[in-house]
Amino acid sequence: MTIESSFDLQLTGITKAYPGVVALDDVSLHVHAGEVIGLIGENGAGKSTLMKVLGGLIAPTKGTITIDGVQRPRLDIQQSFDAGISFVHQELNPFDNLNVAANLRLGREIRGGPFRLIDEAAMDAAVQPILNKVGATFGPRDNVANLSLAERQIMEIAKALTLNARLVIMDEPTSSLTLSETNTLLGVIADLKASGISVLFISHRLNEVEQCADRVVALRDGKVAGHLSRDEINHDSMIRLMIGRELMVQNVTRAAAPGDAVLEIEGVSTSAFPHTRTDLSVRAGEITGLAGLVGAGRTELARAVFGIDAPASGIIKLAGRQLGRHRPADAISRGLCLVPEDRKDAGLILDFPICENISLPDLAHLNSNGLVDERAELARAEAQRQSLSIKTQNVKEAAANMSGGNQQKIVLGKWLAMKPRVIIFDEPTRGVDVGAKAEIYRLMRDLADSGVAILMISSDMEEVIGVSDRIAVMRRGEISGILEPSEFSEQNVLTLAVG
Amino acid sequence: MLILVVGSVVALINPRFLSPINIANTLNLIGLFGLFSIAEAFVIVTAGIDLSVGSLIALLGVIFVDMVVNLGVPWPVALMITLCIGIVFGWLHGFLITKMKLQPFVVTLCGLLIYRGVARFYTKDATAGFTFGMSFPDLEWLVSGRTFGIPHSIIAFAIVAAIAWVVLHRSVFGRHLFAVGKNEEAARYSGINTGLVITLAYIICAGLTAFAAIFFAMYTRSISPASHGNFYELYGIAAAVLGGFSLRGGEGSIVGVVLGVILLQILQNLVNLLGIPSSLNFAVMGTVILVGVLADQQFAQYRERRRASKSMHVRPEETSRSAPQSAE
Repeated sequence: MTIESSFDLQLTGITKAYPGVVALDDVSLHVHAGEVIGLIGENGAGKSTLMKVLGGLIAPTKGTITIDGVQRPRLDIQQSFDAGISFVHQELNPFDNLNVAANLRLGREIRGGPFRLIDEAAMDAAVQPILNKVGATFGPRDNVANLSLAERQIMEIAKALTLNARLVIMDEPTSSLTLSETNTLLGVIADLKASGISVLFISHRLNEVEQCADRVVALRDGKVAGHLSRDEINHDSMIRLMIGRELMVQNVTRAAAPGDAVLEIEGVSTSAFPHTRTDLSVRAGEITGLAGLVGAGRTELARAVFGIDAPASGIIKLAGRQLGRHRPADAISRGLCLVPEDRKDAGLILDFPICENISLPDLAHLNSNGLVDERAELARAEAQRQSLSIKTQNVKEAAANMSGGNQQKIVLGKWLAMKPRVIIFDEPTRGVDVGAKAEIYRLMRDLADSGVAILMISSDMEEVIGVSDRIAVMRRGEISGILEPSEFSEQNVLTLAVG
Repeated sequence: MLILVVGSVVALINPRFLSPINIANTLNLIGLFGLFSIAEAFVIVTAGIDLSVGSLIALLGVIFVDMVVNLGVPWPVALMITLCIGIVFGWLHGFLITKMKLQPFVVTLCGLLIYRGVARFYTKDATAGFTFGMSFPDLEWLVSGRTFGIPHSIIAFAIVAAIAWVVLHRSVFGRHLFAVGKNEEAARYSGINTGLVITLAYIICAGLTAFAAIFFAMYTRSISPASHGNFYELYGIAAAVLGGFSLRGGEGSIVGVVLGVILLQILQNLVNLLGIPSSLNFAVMGTVILVGVLADQQFAQYRERRRASKSMHVRPEETSRSAPQSAE
């Protein structure tokens, strides 16, 4: 693999105007070889549009793109590819029915023999050095289905390298990674940089940007809001640039005095860890954070409590009474609901309008003689739209057309309309921009203050520490410890999580 | 639209198309085929499929005729028994699909083979039918009679279609069917008992098929179990697909199925009336379905593009979230 260290990309005065809206306004950006640039900005700030310009998917209205001294008004897809621009996406789409080597060489399989069949040995040999380079712990023959999210992320980077990438654009690469996996990824980024490959690192996780970026460029409303050089990069300065105001997760006031335990989990074991038992109680008026490494069994616990999967053993009590049959409908009717981790597959029916998503779990109350009462349905959706300030003109619009934060509010809306007693949030702000995050935290706090018991599963350390009133840490299927506010620190949480 | 075009072309070429006898005949066939097409629609909306419809029509047909003709069972009782058998088969399909986690295609493909085989064995491959001179005037009037020249099958179809429309498009159960078809996982997370909803869809399908089987038995009056109802499941699927149902589930309307059935029957009629060799029958139908679905899909894409470009103007970032995939 040859790496041309002469890589030099310059965007000058890039503007992309749609009728009525300017998505990018006079954006200039200079990427040198072997440089890691953190690109930050809220959703809607113009990051995606900028990526599309670089990927050759859309043509800017004005401005020029200069690569290695060649100036063009736009890139097409082939030119972008030839220039060595590669993407590692937020939502990965590897072929998990194939092995690593097949994924990396997809469309460029190495053939051999009289029948021009795939030469597996040659493929492995071609792929192995690249896997070594990105520090992969898996081999070319491993099945992608068995890789963790972090390993898939690393595989995507390896794929970019097999394409002779000179600029790797990473869009929220760490949003589903645990801390240690994130550190591995940051290490890989440092290696890329050392070998002269530039990285454009797009993330909402500012700690990571702070750790890896040589330079930060912030976008706001389609304009470059500012640059930060290496020694200017810190959390507050980045937040200021992104939103133009101070935003502190830590500012949420804590509940005065928690009420009784509403949700009691006693000796529950799940399919992921059939031999360990979890005990945990969640009190009214309190946000209990559930921290831990990805794969510690937190999501499985939530699914078992909600009744998606039957627990292998143990009992679950709601307000002192045991939940009998394990079905979501029973949990819901008793006032327990779950905002799932996977918004797009489990939380919403994306093609359904907002109003039908909101009414779905409670149609038993929104009907007359078995027929859906559409007026009541619309009224409910409208009420939730206003109280959660879901940004849409029309509640009949498909949920698919909403941004991540608004989609999360729709999921929340469908439960809040039913006045739940316990809400389990599983990674409530994944893929949600900073502004909407703050709104969701405020909503959670308001709910807790009104007496709702909240269990928040989160892998975002800042979120766990900033939002929780109490932090339970899970490790390999059991609660390894519970921290009170005076003991809150990344160090303490991590110690319990890793063990 | 397509129906009007096809209809008027046929009428122009061969005026017999509009003769009362031809119309009544076509209406009768529309009614007969419509009943099980609606049945099929209920499972297709859940992203399932029922391939056993034709075989079930044959099996239930011979059972019904045998009960009435040879065993001397009073016809209302025979009718109820037939419907019950249908419902049991539907429940069995649903059970295998939701509890045993088999694929609908496989389950009902086995049904297709099994029911056909059993039907042939049951009659020892002989034709089951009404012997000459035997008559059940009430039953005949009810299922193959006419009122003011309108065949009762089409009336039954109209009633079933109306009920099906309310169930699918207005009821809570219908909403659950669409939800399960579109995204079973999210439906489960919303507290919907998805297994029950899917099982009910198969029960409705097989029950309605049993109902249709009785109409067919009385229409043909003799059933040769090797060929009776052959390919009917495909007519049903074709009608549903023409009516805008997606085999991926969660889409479609009863109005669409009704129009699909009408179109298919007019096409059949056209093949007969225009003197097109009847061996070409399937080829004509296949072509029209292909063209129809293709046109529908192209139109939908066109609308989608227009909608996308319209909302693009409002929120360029949010609607175009599928970030570039180019360099891969």
